[in-house]
Amino acid sequence: MHDQSIGELALHLGAGRCSSVELTRHFLARIERFNPALNALVTVTAEEALAAAAAADRRLARGERGPLLGVPLIHKDIFCTDGVRTSCGSRMLDNFVAPYDATVVARLRAAGAVMLGKANMDEFAMGSSNETSYYGPVRNPWDTGKVPGGSSGGSAAAMAARLAPYTTGTDTGGSIRQPAALTGVTGIKPTYGRVSRYGMIAFASSLDQAGVLARSAEDAAAVLQVMAGFDPLDSTSVDAPVPDYPRLLGAPLTGLRIGLLREFFDGLESRNAALIHDALKVYTSLGASTVEVSLPHLPLSVPTYYVVAPAECSSNLSRFDGVRYGYRCDNPKDLLDLYRRSRGEGFGPEVKRRIMTGTYVLSAGYFDAYYLKAQKVRRLINEDFRKAFSEVDVLIGPTTPTPAFAIGAKIDDPITMYLNDIYTIGANLAGLPGLSLPCGFVDGLPMGLQLIGPHFSESRLLNAAHQYQLRTDWHRQAPRGYE
Amino acid sequence: MADWEVVIGLEIHAQLATRSKIFSGSATAYGAPPNTQANLVDLAYPGVLPVLNAEAVRMAVKFGLAIGAHIAPRSVFARKNYFYPDLPKGYQISQYELPVVSRGSLRIVLEDGTQKIVGVTRAHLEEDAGKSLHEGLANASGIDLNRAGTPLLEIVSEPDMRSAKEAVAYMKKIHTLVRYLEICDGNMQEGSFRCDANVSVRPRGQEKFGTRAEIKNLNSFRFVEKAIQHEVARQIDVIESGGKVVQETRLYDSDKDETRSMRSKEEANDYRYFPDPDLLPVEVSEGFIAEVRSSLPELPDEKAARFAHDLALSAYDAGVLSASRELGEYFEAVLAELGTAHAKLAANWVMGELSSALNRDNLDITRSKVLPADLKGLLSRIVDATISGKIAKDVFEAMWSEGKSADQIIEAKGLKQITDSGAIESVIDAVIAANPRQLADYRAGKDKLFGFFVGQVMKAMGGKANPAQLNDLLKAKLGG
Repeated sequence: MHDQSIGELALHLGAGRCSSVELTRHFLARIERFNPALNALVTVTAEEALAAAAAADRRLARGERGPLLGVPLIHKDIFCTDGVRTSCGSRMLDNFVAPYDATVVARLRAAGAVMLGKANMDEFAMGSSNETSYYGPVRNPWDTGKVPGGSSGGSAAAMAARLAPYTTGTDTGGSIRQPAALTGVTGIKPTYGRVSRYGMIAFASSLDQAGVLARSAEDAAAVLQVMAGFDPLDSTSVDAPVPDYPRLLGAPLTGLRIGLLREFFDGLESRNAALIHDALKVYTSLGASTVEVSLPHLPLSVPTYYVVAPAECSSNLSRFDGVRYGYRCDNPKDLLDLYRRSRGEGFGPEVKRRIMTGTYVLSAGYFDAYYLKAQKVRRLINEDFRKAFSEVDVLIGPTTPTPAFAIGAKIDDPITMYLNDIYTIGANLAGLPGLSLPCGFVDGLPMGLQLIGPHFSESRLLNAAHQYQLRTDWHRQAPRGYE
Repeated sequence: MADWEVVIGLEIHAQLATRSKIFSGSATAYGAPPNTQANLVDLAYPGVLPVLNAEAVRMAVKFGLAIGAHIAPRSVFARKNYFYPDLPKGYQISQYELPVVSRGSLRIVLEDGTQKIVGVTRAHLEEDAGKSLHEGLANASGIDLNRAGTPLLEIVSEPDMRSAKEAVAYMKKIHTLVRYLEICDGNMQEGSFRCDANVSVRPRGQEKFGTRAEIKNLNSFRFVEKAIQHEVARQIDVIESGGKVVQETRLYDSDKDETRSMRSKEEANDYRYFPDPDLLPVEVSEGFIAEVRSSLPELPDEKAARFAHDLALSAYDAGVLSASRELGEYFEAVLAELGTAHAKLAANWVMGELSSALNRDNLDITRSKVLPADLKGLLSRIVDATISGKIAKDVFEAMWSEGKSADQIIEAKGLKQITDSGAIESVIDAVIAANPRQLADYRAGKDKLFGFFVGQVMKAMGGKANPAQLNDLLKAKLGG
């Protein structure tokens, strides 16, 4: 049951071979069994899930059918869920129960999705290892001594451990793609503006984008179909029609022009590079051609990101002041004390580091040298991508430089940690869709192949990933003990 | 003592009269119980996002066009970051580098008739903050976020004003304008229209500006004038006693009639402005501008010019009657039925009896107890000589208090003017007969006694004699 695709589950539900309640019980049982060791979920909503499943079963009994109707999922704990705690992985929101649903949550709920619980994550999505969570690190099911990546680490580990048919995630600098790669699942970050950000707790507003972690591109297509689309509550969401992603999965790849980014392959570890080249062989056998392209400004993406993202985060996180909701220090003696201690005690070290960095780069006297310059570089990177996409249809390369690393190995060295996102950040800065899919193993740990396309080319990325997955079975591999 | 020149610039905050807030769907009505008009966006809940109210942009563009300003085809909302409990997001959304309106100007007229052009540097859209409440709470402060997110147009003038009087004239002109445009209710008690004044002094002839102080939150014309006068005197005093004016923010205390220091430049916040990534730049097309332009009402200056030119009113009368859109509309409604030939009569009545009655009862023109059609009814009776102007004043008072038409009152009280010469002549005869000594004196050359006879006849006739007729007949009879 837990290894079936969303399409298969929907068929079973439609044919009455199983009920949503049975399916939900099955996954809840797996969560109960595996989560204590993995720490992938911070909240399990068994009761609500069974009620939602029963409601889905009633809809099914009335003859209603839908690709997600009655199918369970886990939401990253960054999406506000009406009546259920939304912690964002932070002590600051440990007591926060949102009185409303994020648009992503509402759309999936309306489609009959059954929420099993909320996934652990790096605090306020700031991290690449899921070690910054107030609720402790998430363990990688492939090796519980290793991190699952981050910030959507809980969502990714839950997928790898088959705790749900799919999970939601968010990606500001690689937070869907990097953990997807490190846990052997398929993850897509759509074009900026494709999915509403309303109700998704903001980290860096100009970079944040919601997406899906799934067993396959086919499953991801079914979920994205429901999540995507214009939302009048998010001014940055784009009012453009949503293509029929599932229907476009089958298109042939003949003539597909694949760009290989010189900057991605320079210095790439040889076993990682070998996996990418194996994948390219699959693509060329399908009629695609490859050409080397260069994005000269791409090497500047990490420093650029670490100016833009903290700047926005320093402002976005100002609302957490202990006044209206969230953590509030005991016995504040005055207003300043309330602010200082509520924020000082409510936020963890990585969040504080970024708030301080962001405050610094926006300060008078530094603004031009950091923030403005970063915006300029961002435009140059954007332009590089635009040029590249005049020659190729999709860029292919690694998702991460290395497989999953040990818990504790990098947490005290922020710069090394930040370099984990070296291949993923570019797509965020340019607002492009990116997808990571499993393409093999290094040291017994899964590795990801990354596809990046022009704006609103999600269907092309899903199509290319699906065609690859029809011919390979990397995405079907399960970690031992979770089969 | 040196000759000092005063330099003043004003930042006016006009609350835009949109039904909902600038970035949320909450109502903007004043006076609701605390926090009943604050939704999740206003409370800055995690995950919520602002959505721009297009009506606020339309209103800003309206204002820009009315002052001949440049309308930016693309303007940008920025975040002004600072912590305060009445600022739920920890930043205020405001236009910073690229405001929607820039480089406009308007003409002010001082009491002595001199005119002056004042430049408007910019007008930008922003959201208001909430309010902190300290009264009635022991060891605590309350926060009311009803006002948080209310749209404001901040109108920044050039430092073009040279006296408190000019500053007040400018503020009044903006007040008139925003009410004409129906983009702000102008209610200063409720804070819908308030201003900060930047004040400095310099020796006359010096080009460089002196160091300025900013006086915050002035919410009446009188306070603006007094605060500036006080501040000017303070600054001159500081300089003349060998001190230096420091750049700072000051607060005007109307009870003590003085300004007090709030914070100096050194203590000023670094607001860390940057473009708000949650909002797209505001694009204003040529077509939109043209559409707004075509919707503009006749503006005060245009109306005053038309009154002066077409109706042959004095510049003063034209100015008074166009000072508010409603007053002008009232005046024109009276005139529409009465005919423009009687413009001066209508103007005198609107500015005279009507205005004093309104003032006495503290009423707005829109709540006048005598409607334009009724006033026209009254004035028609003057024009057709049914009653005299003097009697008309009594009729007006009765109309005001009893709510009846002029004709009803004239009829009920028998005030119809007597134009029957026979009737008037017989009263004249009786008065002359009763006052032989005065008659003799008059005939001996005491011309002034003519008035005495007019008065006696009018008294005997209850004031209803047609004055012109009475004059002619009396003159003839007295002449013997």
